[in-house]
Amino acid sequence: MFDVAIIGCGIVGAALAFELSQYDLSVAVLEKENDVSCGASRANSGILHAGYDPQPGTLMAKLNVEGSILSEKLCRELGVVYGHCGSLVLAFSEKEMQTAAELYERGVQNGVKGLEIWDAETTKNREPGISEKVAGALYAPSAAVVIPWEYTLALAETAVCNGVDIRLESAVTGIEKMVDGYRLQTQTGNVEARYVVNAAGLYADEIHNMISAAAFRIIPERGEYYLLDKKMVNMVRHVLFQCPTAAGKGVLIAPTTHGNVIIGPNNEQIDSRDDVATTGQGLETVRNHAQKSVPHLPLNENIRNFSGIRASSDQNDFIIAEAKDAPGFFDLAGIKSPGLTAAPAIAKMAVELLEGAGLKLKEKPKFLPRPKRTHFTELRQDEKRALIENRPEFGHMICRCERVTEGEILEALHAPIPPRSVDAIKRRCNAGLGRCQGGFCAPRVVELLARELKISPLEVLQDTAGSYILSSETKEGSCHE
Amino acid sequence: MNDAYELVVIGGGPAGLAAACSAWEAGLRQILLVERDRELGGILNQCIHNGFGLHYFKTELTGPEYAGRFIEMLAQTGVDVALDTMVLEVTKDKCVHLMNKTDGYRIIQAKAIVLAMGCRERTRGAIAIPGSRAAGILTAGAAQRYVNIEGYMPGRRVLILGSGDIGLIMARRMTLEGAKVLACVELMPYSGGLARNIAQCLQDYDIPLYLSHTIVDIRGKGRVEGATVARVDQKRKPIPGTEMNFDCDTILLSVGLIPENELSRSAGVAIDNHTNGAFVDETMETGVPGIFACGNVVHVHDLVDFVTAESLKAGSAAAAYVLQDRVNSKRYADIRNGGGISYTVPQRLSDLQTEKSLEILFRVNRVFGAAAIVVQSAGRPLARFKREHLAPGEMEKITLPRKLLGELGSAGLDISIEEET
Repeated sequence: MFDVAIIGCGIVGAALAFELSQYDLSVAVLEKENDVSCGASRANSGILHAGYDPQPGTLMAKLNVEGSILSEKLCRELGVVYGHCGSLVLAFSEKEMQTAAELYERGVQNGVKGLEIWDAETTKNREPGISEKVAGALYAPSAAVVIPWEYTLALAETAVCNGVDIRLESAVTGIEKMVDGYRLQTQTGNVEARYVVNAAGLYADEIHNMISAAAFRIIPERGEYYLLDKKMVNMVRHVLFQCPTAAGKGVLIAPTTHGNVIIGPNNEQIDSRDDVATTGQGLETVRNHAQKSVPHLPLNENIRNFSGIRASSDQNDFIIAEAKDAPGFFDLAGIKSPGLTAAPAIAKMAVELLEGAGLKLKEKPKFLPRPKRTHFTELRQDEKRALIENRPEFGHMICRCERVTEGEILEALHAPIPPRSVDAIKRRCNAGLGRCQGGFCAPRVVELLARELKISPLEVLQDTAGSYILSSETKEGSCHE
Repeated sequence: MNDAYELVVIGGGPAGLAAACSAWEAGLRQILLVERDRELGGILNQCIHNGFGLHYFKTELTGPEYAGRFIEMLAQTGVDVALDTMVLEVTKDKCVHLMNKTDGYRIIQAKAIVLAMGCRERTRGAIAIPGSRAAGILTAGAAQRYVNIEGYMPGRRVLILGSGDIGLIMARRMTLEGAKVLACVELMPYSGGLARNIAQCLQDYDIPLYLSHTIVDIRGKGRVEGATVARVDQKRKPIPGTEMNFDCDTILLSVGLIPENELSRSAGVAIDNHTNGAFVDETMETGVPGIFACGNVVHVHDLVDFVTAESLKAGSAAAAYVLQDRVNSKRYADIRNGGGISYTVPQRLSDLQTEKSLEILFRVNRVFGAAAIVVQSAGRPLARFKREHLAPGEMEKITLPRKLLGELGSAGLDISIEEET
């Protein structure tokens, strides 16, 4: 019997697993996909928001500002690249300048530090590429960018290193109440735990309803994006928002920590919880809105479009509470933006709730960092030379665009949460993330995955279940043994 | 591998092979050829169909056979070959940073460099095709590698977007391997590939070609399950009501090739926006003295024979640069793109022109019927070449006698197309 079972390993589940792994507890994480960070935490803007946006007094406001402070320290500890670029909310009229002023006031109330209102000239000087029509901006120095799956993976891997049992491909299909806890039925067998935390993201209502009367409904909201080539790295300096409307924070343009530029999202309520297709119309909306901030968007430098689905709910705030009729079962649900920012604060709040419900917390004497990952391109020449001398596999380049070596991929394949698909390798090593989008390296990555996982290339997946890459051998057969 | 070479050739495909051979022929004795793959030959190794070599070898060869002939020629020379070796950086002062498993990380000083890195395929992102991100969407070249090198089929029911040559070749190849190729869909009102490939790879197998059409949606969760194709208007926007559905499990993209010039940029080589390759003169020398470029890294060719011809020129010019110990004193006259021309190679002429004639390769920017290629200098007509048909998918070549160019000065050349009425 586990002390705590967490359902879902997105950013919220991973942050909680990380937090709990510091205590002397047995913790299981049940994830339905074949990797962590496969839902909303994988495809979003990757912004660590300053916290001027949520209404004062809400959990969203409190946890956003706390999370913003916690995440900087956390990223440093975990070795996750934290792009401290600050954000601008651009105003294009006097009316929008008023909105910026309101956001400023709201930010001050929420406890956001360092906010400034800039006039048109300052804005144009500090952000040279933007529209001549800009009237001014709200500047938030504490906003930052992060690659959301790197962050989630770092939290989850550290949790595993400290004893957390993460079970992939283990969708929860039923929950039973027991005398002293719950029995969770999963694809990979039953799991019993004294406490259960529902961090199931887009499926949080379905999980909640397995054990408790319906209390909220998840509303999937899809957002589509463009991702520009690294050549465009100097196009913008800050995260550029526009003034928020009823539809959300609107289309942003931001640098990523990998050196790309991300543009999006639109916002569309959809029926499906897993339809991450892009649409002609959605992408057009993104283009049209983004051009307001930067008129000459170099969309010919686009390397990828994608969409992500946010787990909004019918409530106006995050849902962080014990289920009314299921003691020991906690929901962390409706975690839409600023969920990525708030995650570490949500996790701390969840730990308090668990403690309040009787979970005994005793800190472990020793907390282990996850094994360090080599980033070959970032090494100095002499370091590269020495590394290849000791481990020749680092002298073999697999991904030309992002300069990823065989050594890095082998390292990932033997990390605490081994990747099981080509995209999982991409999320860990960046192979295939660049301008040729895996055109050259995908066949080599397939070969490495097959070799290391001891499976046939026919079994290697691009991504999640069903995403096979190769359908059969040719008439002459394959050249592999 | 030594620490210094007279010439380093980057890329062991057809361009690099020819350049290395001709530099040896011209008298250089310290040459290093660097190839990132495990064998020489480049993309030719996966082009197992025939049709190569008609111009250069006057016989029809497969890709591997064509490469094989040059690999054998190279074996007769003393050129050093580094396989499985990645060049990380080329500096302005011609230091080549490279690495592999056995030699480790090395910095090689070269007197001259030939850039022959080839090109890569445009991807789905570059043209922003909407729809699912399911597996089963890949470039035609990646599919070609899976089928011809690795021995695996990437799918059974195939839709091809773009009518570039690799897509056309793969339509036939997949059909021969037992897959069903449902259609080839081309955004433009004309094909991007060679006419002979349309005939031999689509028509011979009853594969429909839809011109002025594009993919507007891709369906499927884990794997592609279908796609919607629509006709486009003159502005290339999909026309509502013209949608057709295809129940494919695979989509191959053949939507253009982009010269791979990351290393050229690191060396400070100026790039032409029209070709996406280096600006070169008639000797294939780039704007950086002693750095030459040839093959698909300069501009995308239709025929490997032309790559070879261009690369032989680059190799011997690089040798001359080293042997003559030339200081750079070249002066240039531009070759300008007039009406109907999308680019020319070379883009400029040096005042050191020594060959008997000047070859200019170019592409037109739309389809022409009977037309004339007009060469002028400072408004003065120099030459006219008649053609029955001109299309962007077919590279054109004109040859101008040296004596015609006698007194060009800095006026340069203007090349344009005149449609005959």
